[in-house]
Amino acid sequence: MTLDDKKRVLREMVLHRRFEERCYQAYIERKIGGFLHLYPGQEACCNGVMEAARPGHDYVITGYRDHVHAIKCGTDPKIVMAELYGKETGCSKGRGGSMHIFDVAHRFMGGYALVGGPFPLAAGIAKGIQLKGGDEIAICFLGDAANNQGVFHETLNMAKVWNLPVLFVCENNQYGIGTAIHRSTAVLDQYKRACGYNIEAAQCDGQDIDIVHEHAKIAVDYVRSGKGPYFLELMTYRYRGHSMSDSRGYRTREEEEEWKQRDPINILRDRLIAAGELTMDEYTQIEKTTDDYIENEVIKFSEESPEPNVADLEKYVLA
Amino acid sequence: MAEIMYWEGLRRAHDEEMARDPLVICMGEDIGVAGGTYKATKDLYEKYGEKRVMDTPISEGGYTGLGIGASFVGIRPIIEIMSVNFAWLAMDQMFNSAAKVRYMSGGQLTAPCVFRSAGGTAHQLGAQHSARMEKVFMGVAGLRVVTPSNPKQAYGLLKSAVRSDDPVFVYEHELMYNMKGEVPDEEYFHPLEGSEVSRSGNDVTLFGYNISVHWCLKAAEILEKQYGISAEVVDLYALAPLDRAGIKKSISKTHRAVIAEEDEAPVGVGSEIIAIINEECFFELDAAPVRVHSALVPQPYNHKLEMAAIPDHQDVVNAVLKLFGKA
Repeated sequence: MTLDDKKRVLREMVLHRRFEERCYQAYIERKIGGFLHLYPGQEACCNGVMEAARPGHDYVITGYRDHVHAIKCGTDPKIVMAELYGKETGCSKGRGGSMHIFDVAHRFMGGYALVGGPFPLAAGIAKGIQLKGGDEIAICFLGDAANNQGVFHETLNMAKVWNLPVLFVCENNQYGIGTAIHRSTAVLDQYKRACGYNIEAAQCDGQDIDIVHEHAKIAVDYVRSGKGPYFLELMTYRYRGHSMSDSRGYRTREEEEEWKQRDPINILRDRLIAAGELTMDEYTQIEKTTDDYIENEVIKFSEESPEPNVADLEKYVLA
Repeated sequence: MAEIMYWEGLRRAHDEEMARDPLVICMGEDIGVAGGTYKATKDLYEKYGEKRVMDTPISEGGYTGLGIGASFVGIRPIIEIMSVNFAWLAMDQMFNSAAKVRYMSGGQLTAPCVFRSAGGTAHQLGAQHSARMEKVFMGVAGLRVVTPSNPKQAYGLLKSAVRSDDPVFVYEHELMYNMKGEVPDEEYFHPLEGSEVSRSGNDVTLFGYNISVHWCLKAAEILEKQYGISAEVVDLYALAPLDRAGIKKSISKTHRAVIAEEDEAPVGVGSEIIAIINEECFFELDAAPVRVHSALVPQPYNHKLEMAAIPDHQDVVNAVLKLFGKA
């Protein structure tokens, strides 16, 4: 990444953080219903990988913690927020909600709410790419807990047998809902499980975007060059609970503070400041501009958008 | 019009669709090199190669999901699940991914894939290889379910299923693959919705689908010859959506209904059709509808027990006689 890239990505990561924090507020105000899974703490994962890939060209699929991945692929934050508000102008026309963000035009193939469900879908998209002869790759972002589902094993096996152009990104945030990884999972290093299927795999820090990007570039180039699937494990942490109903009683505040010392946005910000490319005042200004944008455009659009027409209840069931 | 077997109809549909469109592929256990358990993909591996005729590992949930994912980007996969009993393992992907994706994406994404699977009781295959379960599939929003009762339907329904933009579950029967019947020589597309009057009659309607259509036809013959009862047979080749208008039309003519299904009774095609009759044409009825179905037991191995568990044409005859107060 060039310094210009890094400054752009910093602004994006601030948007991703503030967008999610604004969702939290809207949820408390009951503007957003259902389940809400937020991304703060993990921003370097999605951003580092996608900076090495081609957003809007490569296919991306993920689980229910999906807002930021869609925005990174090119989805307008306004229609993501409108979806959370359940509005007709939402990216999924208010039919999906937080866990089902879709933007096929930007090749964001969806958020899915069954843990591990996207694994075979990603491999299938890769099969389609392979058959059609495109230069895209399929990127599947999921958490560590998804690897305890049967389809993880079935999919990795098939992806290797058929040499499919799919990159599995494991954002290892150490918890499956409220159960710590060491209490649920026999093999703590997730990349080792991929090795069991003869898949090229690596593990790296998921908080420092430069490290993520460096590893992701190797992974993306490997997959795009036709060598087959790749599994990249990123060690990270989610600041908030699994979803909004989670009071985080299963972990200590000390552990949370320890991870916040390595905040992905602060790491990038401080590096740019140290390089003389950014001042603290400029950074504060980025935050303010971002908040203004979210309030004046994203929230305003969502608040003012119409709800779906009840007469259209059965629209979109069948083609 | 040539007389061919049910499996040959399926094979012909695969072959024609794959020859027409390079994005049509098929996948499943033993369908390639081995030619398919029921020969529906015989010789296609040699013709189209391993990239399009995919021998999968025994991972029903995994390869079904993979086929669905491929359909998201324009591929038209025909996914064979060797036995409907194994489809339980793939239901998460069929229901949660394929059937719901169009709705939950606000119409952006659709899963135009075909799931083919053989159900039903064959010969002493035991509890885990003899189940039906069409009743589970037919209640899922976003999924079409069709079930061919003869070679013409097997060919024409599969052709239409491949062309459909919706996911379609094609429910076949293990005992029907060698059944012979006439299939048009020219290309033929069977509608994915509706029903067919297989035999016209005036006194009672026998509703069947898949193998039970044949019990109904045989029963209708016996009823006419031995009891002078004129039975109409309606073939419900589409289980989702069910043909409400067709059901109503026949009941308005005969005023009596018997529904025959191989599935067990609680929650099923029979109960659903009775509900539709109640909703659409209750006052047309001259008698309470009767359903003929399997016993609520895991399918037994012992042959006598197995036969006792599932119905046949005689059970349909008995149900009709009861309806007319003759039994």
